[in-house]
Amino acid sequence: MPADTAPQQPDGDALLQVEGLKVHFPVTAGVVLQKRIGSVKAVDDVSFSLRRGETFGLVGESGCGKSTTALAVLRMLEPTAGRIVFEGRDITHLNAVKMRPLRRRIQMVYQDPFSSLNPRMRVRDVIGEPLVVHGLAKDKAAYRARVRELMDLVGLLPHMGEHYPHEFSGGQRQRIGIARALALSPSLVVCDEPVSALDVSIQAQVVNLLMDLQERLGLTYLFIAHDLSVVRHISDRIGVMYLGRVVEIAAGDTLFKAPKHPYTQALLAAVPLPDPELDAARPHDLIAGEVPSARTPPPGCRFHPRCPQAMPRCKVETPPLVERDGSEVACHLYGG
Amino acid sequence: MDPAPLLDISGLCVSFRTDRGLVRAVQDVSLQVRAGETLAIVGESGSGKSVTALSILRLLGEAGRVDAGRIVFDGEDLLALEDRAIRAIRGDRVAMIFQEPMSSLNPVLTIGMQVAEPIRLHRNAPWKDAYARAGELLERVRIPDAAGRLGDYPHQLSGGMRQRVMIAMALACRPRLIIADEPTTALDVTVQAQILELLKELTRQANSALILITHDLGVVARYADRVAVMYAGSIVETAPARALYASPAHPYTRGLMASIPSIDGAIGARLPTIDGQPPDLARLPPGCAFALRCPHVFETCRATPPALMEAGTAGHLRACHLDADAAGATAQERA
Repeated sequence: MPADTAPQQPDGDALLQVEGLKVHFPVTAGVVLQKRIGSVKAVDDVSFSLRRGETFGLVGESGCGKSTTALAVLRMLEPTAGRIVFEGRDITHLNAVKMRPLRRRIQMVYQDPFSSLNPRMRVRDVIGEPLVVHGLAKDKAAYRARVRELMDLVGLLPHMGEHYPHEFSGGQRQRIGIARALALSPSLVVCDEPVSALDVSIQAQVVNLLMDLQERLGLTYLFIAHDLSVVRHISDRIGVMYLGRVVEIAAGDTLFKAPKHPYTQALLAAVPLPDPELDAARPHDLIAGEVPSARTPPPGCRFHPRCPQAMPRCKVETPPLVERDGSEVACHLYGG
Repeated sequence: MDPAPLLDISGLCVSFRTDRGLVRAVQDVSLQVRAGETLAIVGESGSGKSVTALSILRLLGEAGRVDAGRIVFDGEDLLALEDRAIRAIRGDRVAMIFQEPMSSLNPVLTIGMQVAEPIRLHRNAPWKDAYARAGELLERVRIPDAAGRLGDYPHQLSGGMRQRVMIAMALACRPRLIIADEPTTALDVTVQAQILELLKELTRQANSALILITHDLGVVARYADRVAVMYAGSIVETAPARALYASPAHPYTRGLMASIPSIDGAIGARLPTIDGQPPDLARLPPGCAFALRCPHVFETCRATPPALMEAGTAGHLRACHLDADAAGATAQERA
């Protein structure tokens, strides 16, 4: 993980660039002749980029569009508009055949290690299956050797390969999921809430493993989570999403020490710190209300109905994401 | 010391019949809660925190059984009561709030009817009065346009609003004790903060006691007066919240606190971990249940289960064989 990260500017080193991404889901009425009566703007004009070897955290509350963004990057959802450039290639509209070799390069670690592993496969085959699907195992010996190597990489003992997923604890199952994701030697790994289903004492083990693997294999992570302290710990830069939009992008430490967007500030104030003294010393200004529906998002800045600092122009004008002191923020308080 | 505690659990042991035989889920748990106090019970899955809470209102179901212990609430032993008598207490003097409001609310009844139900049942109030009172309660939990929403069904509300309805139901009969089992785990953080602030404020106003069951050490730090830490069915440490965070005395509590990334810690550093995983409750080791994962383990730990004993300051207890000073020293070396 690069230690000092001067944020911003998609450079030649960008592994992934997402520009103006929109993913809208149609809302229909009627049974036979389905009439389109509107759309859910799950992701609406999202731009960010990932440099090679970095971890980009994506945070936000349910319905903010973080997981939909990830699925679009993986091309598991068709983008409505915008561009996704991966390893210098525009993959936004590649067909399945052309996408296939690229799929090896982008892999995913899922949230729930209990439902994402085939219960009827031995662990060695769960891990090795991608090699078979992509025709990468030359012969049985090479296949076995690669599976052993992957198991060793994630800290699983060789004999565990003979067992079935249900025989493992949550933490070990997540190791299996990670080994499977690494089988095809991807450059980008999308981690969707990889530790939120695990117990606290097990979370740290998996977070450490992900960081070790990044160092050894030069992986780039798109790390999606709602636990802000975990995201801060693992990320070089963090993007905060609200109702389908990115409201702020900043280096991890900057985001926590000097959050710019009122939503980021509210989010941080809402998270209680595991230390009564420290927690009492922080602002606890709670925001009222809940996230509105993405089908009828508020006009202008989508956060304005809950924003304690909303001004008249926030209700009509959508603030663009602009650079301020090395961060990016979409808020009228910061001009633009 | 002030008068008798509102709730006094002593020596509680609970086991469950499973495919693999009898499993001891709660082992010799003793707890006291006073009026106006918030006690947090923290622990990971399988630590016995929810089972302890369910035992209080005798909600263990068919498979669970209390093997030993007493649960004295307001002078009455709840475990000795007739079914009819415990039913009269549930939702009246002791109320419970669960994690999933969607699965605890009845989907085919309006929220007005559901909030009015306990008032009608326990206070013998006519429907009309109970319904009016439900409107007031929904207002107290700050549901916007409360009177207009009495006729709504649970599916028409968001998760946060449903949890507010659950709180309104819990408060309906002005309970002396509220047990909230992971009340905000299914909610977003900004909504979690709203709900917990509300719960805390309302219990404080009524001088009720609150038992908050959670795995989130942040929530505990912000909202609890006292904490009991559970591991593999036993309480391993209990203390006033500030004392617990300032000087955790059990190696498990210390390990747990160290393994949470702090909001001002070094980014990218490896987190201290507790190696291994919690033991299988069906095959607990004979000594301390944490012995297999403890960095300070020695001979005695493997043979004899440790008892809860004073750990320095008043009201701070821990169950550990380790000499208190030695534990502190080794913890510093590790840090």
